[in-house]
Amino acid sequence: MSKILEGLKYSESHEWVKVEGNVAYIGVSDFAQKEMGDITYVDLPAEGDDVVAGEEFGALESVKAASDLFSPVSGVVVAVNGELEDTPEKVNEDAYAAWIIKVEMSNPSEVDALMDAAAYQSFIGE
Amino acid sequence: MKYYDKLIFELSQEGRKGYSLPVNKFPQSPELPVQLQRASAPRLPQVSEPEVVRHYNNLSQMNFGVDTGFYPLGSCTMKYNPKINEEVCALPGFAGLHPLMPARLTQGACKVYEAMNAALAEITGMHTFTFEPCAGAHGELTGLMLMRTYHMMRGDLKRTKVIVPDSAHGTNPASAAVCGLEVVEVKSLENGRIDVEALKPLLTDEVAGIMMTNPNTLGLFETQILEIAKLVHGAGGLLYYDGANMNPMLGVVRPGDMGFDIMHLNLHKTFSTPHGGGGPGSGPVGMTEEVAKGLSQIKVSGFHGNFGVILRAYAYILSIGKEHLKEVGQYSVLSANYIKECLKDVYKLPIEGVCKHEFVFDGLVNDGGHDDVHGATTLDVAKRLLDYGFHAPTIYFPLLFHQSLMIEPTETESKETIDAFIEVMRKIAAEAAEDPTLLQSAPHNTVISRPDETTAARNPILKYWDTL
Repeated sequence: MSKILEGLKYSESHEWVKVEGNVAYIGVSDFAQKEMGDITYVDLPAEGDDVVAGEEFGALESVKAASDLFSPVSGVVVAVNGELEDTPEKVNEDAYAAWIIKVEMSNPSEVDALMDAAAYQSFIGE
Repeated sequence: MKYYDKLIFELSQEGRKGYSLPVNKFPQSPELPVQLQRASAPRLPQVSEPEVVRHYNNLSQMNFGVDTGFYPLGSCTMKYNPKINEEVCALPGFAGLHPLMPARLTQGACKVYEAMNAALAEITGMHTFTFEPCAGAHGELTGLMLMRTYHMMRGDLKRTKVIVPDSAHGTNPASAAVCGLEVVEVKSLENGRIDVEALKPLLTDEVAGIMMTNPNTLGLFETQILEIAKLVHGAGGLLYYDGANMNPMLGVVRPGDMGFDIMHLNLHKTFSTPHGGGGPGSGPVGMTEEVAKGLSQIKVSGFHGNFGVILRAYAYILSIGKEHLKEVGQYSVLSANYIKECLKDVYKLPIEGVCKHEFVFDGLVNDGGHDDVHGATTLDVAKRLLDYGFHAPTIYFPLLFHQSLMIEPTETESKETIDAFIEVMRKIAAEAAEDPTLLQSAPHNTVISRPDETTAARNPILKYWDTL
């Protein structure tokens, strides 16, 4: 069984969002990291890049596959988790501690369209 | 198999050599700038001639290829490469060619290009081909450049998007991105085919075209292709055919007749030239007369592509003959369906029905126990196959399923070989149900068992000297 945290919002492409005021931390779910297997590389955007809800902002690579990361919200990247460049395994170790980008949201209401923990639980059907 | 795992560097002994060169009488060239001169000699292995010969012979004994065994690598068409192709290629008149020779000395080669162009045009229903691209993805890029040029020549500059199905080969979106086009994904239906209703709203006046593989990467024929062609053309776009899966279509269905405007062929797959290990390949691009108007604006090779590969493919076409080429596709389809039907009770078949030259299982029916860590996975099945002397199939592609295992037997395997493979696959399924750890720790009979792929990817060591 994959871990799902209460209080976070989830996208259908398996990203989680943690909202703090106007800022959103974005990572991938425990389910996603398990499906990917050992993560070997995290392709990060640059600080200051624009992200658009539903569009790609980076990628994860594992031994099995490369998978695009999709932003659940629109806005500007105000920080990236540079630690993941050298230690991508942190995504496997704790997917919810390993945030990938921090976004200043331009339209915080986009969060409402995402799933809560219970909805995500039934979405992945475990 | 003899156990041999030495690196040539490990054989090195100070002062040993396998050559004898005269003393260099010339002073060091003063023209070479200091920063480009070596500060120290390269650290090459110091070995004698017999050591070099034995080293590489021993390594080659451990090689697995289509000349040593069955190689059911889905989407790669690892068919047997007839040796007559090599004989033709080795004829001195061909082997001694150079692209800068005067035209009067290269007429034979020109004739091969011309005849091959006519043969491929007839097989595919295209108007003409360019032979410059040196591989499939190179062909895709060339084809998309032609697509872009076609729209630009009509003054239609808005078309910057390319539609790609979610089942596509990864090279399709990559080629589109390299060509400066934006990729739009279209979903597949439950039956593995493109969702035509989902396609319709994507067909705006910004769409340059669609890239399709038919049969697709699930080995399934896109039955709606004529409707899709009508819709895409109606919206002003073009259709690109990824020829990676052309094998079952040979002599049966032509991309031109399905409505495709541009396509590439993988001569190294469909037309039996050796590949794997990165080439050499050949990805000629075919096109309609309308698209060919832009061909003179595109140059993707220094000369005329990989002539040796084109020549081998031509030898293959001639030696099989027009009347038998159709059987290539038919037997490849028969072999694939036979394996599928014989194994679908022990491997999950996500989509029922007749496949073309390949098909995809979604892991084992009984993986021997499911907890948080899984029972035996597709990876474990593939590793276990090595113990029984078969090459592993393509795994974890396409991405539509979690445990994809993609088998393509090709037409060149005998029933005995195919039956032996089926027997082993059934045996592995039974092993998984009984004791999945046997698979999880496989392979047991190979020189190296499971390399640590994760560490290799995270911290690659690319130079021998870095290991000391």
